[in-house]
Amino acid sequence: MLYNIFIDPFMQMGGAPDLLVQTLWEGLVSGVLYALIALGFVLIFKASGVFNFAQGIMVVFAALTLVGFHEKGVPAWLAVILTLGVMYVLALAVERVVLRPLVNQPDIILFMATFGLTYVLIGIGEFIFGGEPKQMIAEQLFLPRGAIDVSMLGGRVTFQKIDIAAAVIASVMIAALAAFFQYTRIGRALRAVADSHKAALSVGISLNQIWAIVWFAAGIVALITGIMWGARSEVSFGLDIIALKALPVLILGGFTSIPGAIVGGLIIGVGEKIAEFYWGPLVGGGIENWIAYVIALGFLMVRPQGLFGDKIIERI
Amino acid sequence: MFYREAGQFKKTYSADMAVFPILQDRIGIAVILFIAAVVIPLTGSNFFISSVMVPFLVFSLAAMGLNIVTGYTGLISLGTGAFMGVGAFACYKLTTIFPDVNIIIWILASGVFSAAIGAAFGLPSLRIKGFYLAVATLAAQFFLEWCFVRVPWLYNYSASGAIQVPQRTLFGVAITGANATPTTRYLVLLGIVVLMTWVASNILHGRVGRTFMAVRDMDIAAELMGIRLLPAKLTAFALSSFYCGVAGAVMMFLWYGGGEAADAFNIRQSFNILFMVIIGGLGSLIGCFFGAALLNIVPIILKFGLPAIGLAIGSETAEHINHLLVGGLIIFFLIVEPHGLARLWQITKQKLRTWPFPY
Repeated sequence: MLYNIFIDPFMQMGGAPDLLVQTLWEGLVSGVLYALIALGFVLIFKASGVFNFAQGIMVVFAALTLVGFHEKGVPAWLAVILTLGVMYVLALAVERVVLRPLVNQPDIILFMATFGLTYVLIGIGEFIFGGEPKQMIAEQLFLPRGAIDVSMLGGRVTFQKIDIAAAVIASVMIAALAAFFQYTRIGRALRAVADSHKAALSVGISLNQIWAIVWFAAGIVALITGIMWGARSEVSFGLDIIALKALPVLILGGFTSIPGAIVGGLIIGVGEKIAEFYWGPLVGGGIENWIAYVIALGFLMVRPQGLFGDKIIERI
Repeated sequence: MFYREAGQFKKTYSADMAVFPILQDRIGIAVILFIAAVVIPLTGSNFFISSVMVPFLVFSLAAMGLNIVTGYTGLISLGTGAFMGVGAFACYKLTTIFPDVNIIIWILASGVFSAAIGAAFGLPSLRIKGFYLAVATLAAQFFLEWCFVRVPWLYNYSASGAIQVPQRTLFGVAITGANATPTTRYLVLLGIVVLMTWVASNILHGRVGRTFMAVRDMDIAAELMGIRLLPAKLTAFALSSFYCGVAGAVMMFLWYGGGEAADAFNIRQSFNILFMVIIGGLGSLIGCFFGAALLNIVPIILKFGLPAIGLAIGSETAEHINHLLVGGLIIFFLIVEPHGLARLWQITKQKLRTWPFPY
């Protein structure tokens, strides 16, 4: 028994390094996608302190809108722009209808409001686009297809081109976001709001405007995530379960840290794939569903604010 | 006009601290109990009882469980569905291993198993707070959900993985299984819910409940005042899971009558119950009933009410509108009254007391 748990999996890893590389790669790719969703969460949490449960459904909603526009005969590039427009309107609407009346309410109330938003978005999305899964328009968006086989370590490792594209696009987007935060006027305002709402207000930054911008930014992140995720599988509301997968990523990285979201995403992605592949068979498989939470819980017990989170200071 | 407390003088401390200090409230609760226990079983159709009242009572009980930990102690839990599942499976195993013991005893005892598991998963709450804890309870939800599917011992190795609720009797009348009439099930359920509400009310108004609320309001301050956080938080988790476990057991035995349990106790169920607690009102027992009633009635009206008045909508469209409405309602109630329906009810009572000369 102990042998099976502590020694055998490592023997397998050593025995077939190509399989290990393949598993690591799959883990990294799903980790990147988790990180992207977590990124949307972090953006909103930093700027408004709202724990946005609706991020996962925004991913689905954005992807569905994109596909929906394309099905109506709109060319792909225009569909992307129109979808961005929809996400902007959504951001404005959320800020005006949900956030503004609830300003200064306790965290859990805002959290629940985003729950309500999740349901509204599911309802609207199903109402307009129907409940059946859709195909992502990967080719029209010039996303590569097929796979590259690489011989290495005495075996063959398959890299899907779409996965490589996802990793590249995600890195570019994260770099762009970092630059946006660091060097632009709005980015500086966003960081000011994240530091302190009151101080930001006192130097003339409009909170409402910032919130709309940050929800729009989260909407863009959601659209890109949706395209990537949709291209790997299909676009359906079943995807909202991935939002739940982003939660352990978040707590692992800390709610307020963008690097945390990325590192956390990678750790969770790799961890759950490796665990499923090497330890899953011991208990009958399917542990992918909960191992992420257990990993995150393990980290939390050591660092209650996550790996990169701000230190929690409690006062009376 | 009729809701006045003029002339009702409290002569003792306990009369002043009573749960229903005003005579009209006591009359009101007696009338409600009378309607629930006599009028509805006599006049309600089988459909009304089995698809409106029974789910309403089951969810009220589950919401009460979640409210103890989230509303009264301030620890967000997203594992309600799983804790309900533990209760259902515990009850199933107990009644198949010891078939001669009365099912009511097993339904209540299954809560104990749920409480033990809930307390175990509540352990991280000492170190982890707020949303971080919410995610930690998700670990419980997904892990237990996985167990319900992967541990065949739980469902007695049946090929489909479904629970078959056996027939059990109370005083010679079938109360579970295929032969039990909806009315009997309803009455048994009502008895359990009334009993457990009464117990919960007493616990929460007493020392234990005050401890919970102190922890909710600020746990460091509570600790400084001499409340030991570990026992307080674990008691909250255990008590909450006890209620959830009983709710799960009655859900399986008195409502579903069997089926694939893993589906019934998934993460959506947890969210559903969280909605009830939030809409009903955090930290309020009556709010649990309000929330459960509202979230139960909306889908039923959409499903059966609209076709009845001539608006025929497909079941799929009804499902979509249901999502839309529930989401909209959540946002609406949060904006109008973040403290839920229970607070609205309090405001209404206050208005009634001063009507028609409000000051």
